[in-house]
Amino acid sequence: MPPEKNWGCSWPEQKPHRGADLDQAQAEATLEKAKPVPLGGRAALRRGLRPLRLPGLALLTALIVGAIFIIVTDEQILAAAGNFFSDPLGFFTLTLGKIAWAYAALIQGAVSNPLDIIAGLFTYITTGDNSTFLRSLRPISESLVRATPFIFAGLAVGLGFRAGLFNIGAEGQLIMGGLFSVYVGYAFTGLPIFIHLPLALAAGFLGGALWGFIPGFLKARVGAHEVINTIMLNWIAILFSRWILAGPLSRDGFVPISPNVLPSAALPQFFPNPIRFHAGFFLALGVAYLVWWFLFKTTAGFELRSVGANPSAARAAGMNIGRNIILAMVLSGGLAGLAGTIDVLGWRYNMGVDFAAGVGFDSIAVALIARSHPIGIIFSGLLFGMLRAGTKQMEAIAHVPVDIVFILQALIIMFVAAPEIIRLLYRIRVERGVEEAVLTRGWQQK
Amino acid sequence: MTIALEARNITKRFPGVLANDNIDLTLEAGEIHALLGENGAGKTTLMNILYGLWQPDSGEIYVKGEKVVFQDPSEAIARGIGMLHQHFMLVPVLTVAENIMLGQESVTAGIFLDRVQVIKRIEALSQNFGLEVDPRAYVKDLPVGVQQRVEILKILYREAGILILDEPTAVLTPQEAEELFKIMRNLAQQGKSIIFITHKLKEVLAVADRITVLRAGRVVGTTTPQETSEAQLASMMVGREVILSVKKKPAQPKEVVLEVKDLHVLSDRLNPVVNGVSFVVRAGEILGLAGVQGNGQTELVEAITGLRPAVRGEIRFLGKEITNAPPRRVLERGTAHIPEDRQEDGLVLPFPVHDNLVLNTYYRNPFAHGLALQEKAIVATAQDLVEHFDVRTPSVFVPVLNLSGGNQQKVIVARELSRPIRLLVAAQPTRGLDVGSIEYIHQRLVEKRDQGCAVLLVSTELDEIISLSDRIAVIFRGKIVATLEASGAAREKLGLLMAGAEAT
Repeated sequence: MPPEKNWGCSWPEQKPHRGADLDQAQAEATLEKAKPVPLGGRAALRRGLRPLRLPGLALLTALIVGAIFIIVTDEQILAAAGNFFSDPLGFFTLTLGKIAWAYAALIQGAVSNPLDIIAGLFTYITTGDNSTFLRSLRPISESLVRATPFIFAGLAVGLGFRAGLFNIGAEGQLIMGGLFSVYVGYAFTGLPIFIHLPLALAAGFLGGALWGFIPGFLKARVGAHEVINTIMLNWIAILFSRWILAGPLSRDGFVPISPNVLPSAALPQFFPNPIRFHAGFFLALGVAYLVWWFLFKTTAGFELRSVGANPSAARAAGMNIGRNIILAMVLSGGLAGLAGTIDVLGWRYNMGVDFAAGVGFDSIAVALIARSHPIGIIFSGLLFGMLRAGTKQMEAIAHVPVDIVFILQALIIMFVAAPEIIRLLYRIRVERGVEEAVLTRGWQQK
Repeated sequence: MTIALEARNITKRFPGVLANDNIDLTLEAGEIHALLGENGAGKTTLMNILYGLWQPDSGEIYVKGEKVVFQDPSEAIARGIGMLHQHFMLVPVLTVAENIMLGQESVTAGIFLDRVQVIKRIEALSQNFGLEVDPRAYVKDLPVGVQQRVEILKILYREAGILILDEPTAVLTPQEAEELFKIMRNLAQQGKSIIFITHKLKEVLAVADRITVLRAGRVVGTTTPQETSEAQLASMMVGREVILSVKKKPAQPKEVVLEVKDLHVLSDRLNPVVNGVSFVVRAGEILGLAGVQGNGQTELVEAITGLRPAVRGEIRFLGKEITNAPPRRVLERGTAHIPEDRQEDGLVLPFPVHDNLVLNTYYRNPFAHGLALQEKAIVATAQDLVEHFDVRTPSVFVPVLNLSGGNQQKVIVARELSRPIRLLVAAQPTRGLDVGSIEYIHQRLVEKRDQGCAVLLVSTELDEIISLSDRIAVIFRGKIVATLEASGAAREKLGLLMAGAEAT
């Protein structure tokens, strides 16, 4: 109903429909009021950091508990524990040293060793040889490269959560995205990069979107639960990729690896080898912003969140539940598809059978840690990227088994998913009035 | 008289709110003590403290003269305090006896449930207190009123001497409520003490021995039904004069806005629950649809608003057919819907007030240009609506979750009535609200009528129907059994019709 059409049945003062005579100044004043009051540096900082408090403490707690695992799996420490009463000091130094060493190695593997950077820079300046300098930057580059698919897949799962859907199918969607993009990347020849690259990216999005559409459509039409269907479709995607990579897409007909994508479909890299950092990371940042804008600033996002938070009210308000479910699954699948695409076009250039390596599953945790907030997902994606990248160093330098990192991941997820534990440990009160995304709904929803 | 329970100087503070401020309450043995107050007056806080769910910041509780400190409800239960919650805590697939013994199972030989013994005890209790229940029946097959009796039996089974009843009549029909009052009097006569929480004034006057009124966390006063009146209680609760009867001019009905013809609708379980309903609502009149909960009103309203398919019959809006139209089209034609279950169908609780105020207009000018939401327009409008509809909220950015029930309802009313509409479908618009909010919403409904809206008022509250409607239709088992002019409708007659008596 356009505002001017009034049936004499409007509200109390017979004013025209609100908003028609919008008081801009008042609106701005109100919006101003809504913004955090400039409280002076420290208070403002505390306010700004508040959303990070629980995940931060969860991370800290995970590291502490993880340390226990490092201790009990280390033979040297166990031996020292046997001599605890004769040499308690030795036990403590050994233990603390070990933990510090392990985590230092993890950080070194994830960020880099500052000494290496200085040394590399020195060689670069004195001899003009930049190879050592670049090599010293490799860890942080690796972290960013690893983080990129986590960000995309985290956004995929997070967007699903916001719409009240539990998309466990990021793994399969990611594989389908990878397959689509790798095919477009090598089979379409003779295209300039500004056509070929976007085309390959779009194909990746489409592959994932198609894989998301299927469970979305099934849920909207017949109410089939998306958890079951996305899990099933993961297996279909995994097995399908094994077959197609060993057959039609195999580079020589036998080895299950696809041909390499053409340079015209590859994402630009900025540094020579061994720095694999590529433009995909910036794309991830841009897409995270887009997802945030879509969810919180558009009508379609408003609908999606309404349907996610309360489908009954959304329906009564005239929103189409089924259409929103399908839309959410298509977008979610597409984002997960991009997670696969970004690795293919960024640094792998081809696809092998163990392509996804659990990124799709871990991205559920990425979204959970960020409470499905797109900007938070950038950071939790980075965290996961760093953990993945730092593992090798930890194993090589500190002789801590790789599995410790997975234990760490699991602990972080556990503490984030059960914030009550963290609240109890650190005696934090529950905040009221914070909009939280619905994570999942029960099985019996209509 | 001995004192069963005494609370002295109870104070409870929540962040930003003083929920209980130095409250004193004395409950004598064998009395029915009504605790009256608006939503947010602190009744529930006080009861939760007495029941051990929360600990007071300061103050003491005495049970039979002995000072107690409850860490959790189990300690309160051990002291003989039982609570009847607003929402029943029963397992539908178990029998009455199983539900009652749940958590206190009697066993023989260590492992076998001693059903016989339990049933005997329950039967004895039923007889003693006049609570008729078949202990072998499954809870899911019982009507709400009987389920409530099971809850009461559960409390008695645990040998409670003090019963806290939290708004027990909210879910009952007038007849069932009468039954409950009989049971309450019976219990009191046999020495049980009852705290009866409510905001229905008539009930208080009918059943209570003493009445304590709370407002804004403080005790306003304690009185007896003999010394007070409805009007006085209402003003004690609200803190100002309250107009209990709705003032309205005679209706001036005009053209037919909503026409329902031979409508058939199925329930969720595919049972026919609306069986050939026909009626019209004209512009400028309020049609009250009276009926006991569960006689098809819910499904009828859902069919009219497009939320539930009609299997047969037709619905016309200003002459145009809207049978089985999608909800959005029904809304856009000019239908406002105040849903029965406001938290489920009316609001997205975690969303801020301003988002809830545009929940069905967010996609229109000026709230959206194309795909982009216009935050400024939304906030400015919300600001305006909050002011005009007197929604008490710290700001429009607060999640609706944090508002009281009355203010949540005002958010819905503000949203629905601020659109240009021709038809207002109000389902149980004042259920669970306090006196002040009820007064406010009633005024709005009449105002809409006077502006030429057609109003369909669905309510199980007979008083509400009688005081607001111009015509009254009574629904029973999915059929309209009578349509009466409001002026000629006697309360008793309506009550009988609602209970299924033949219209004469």
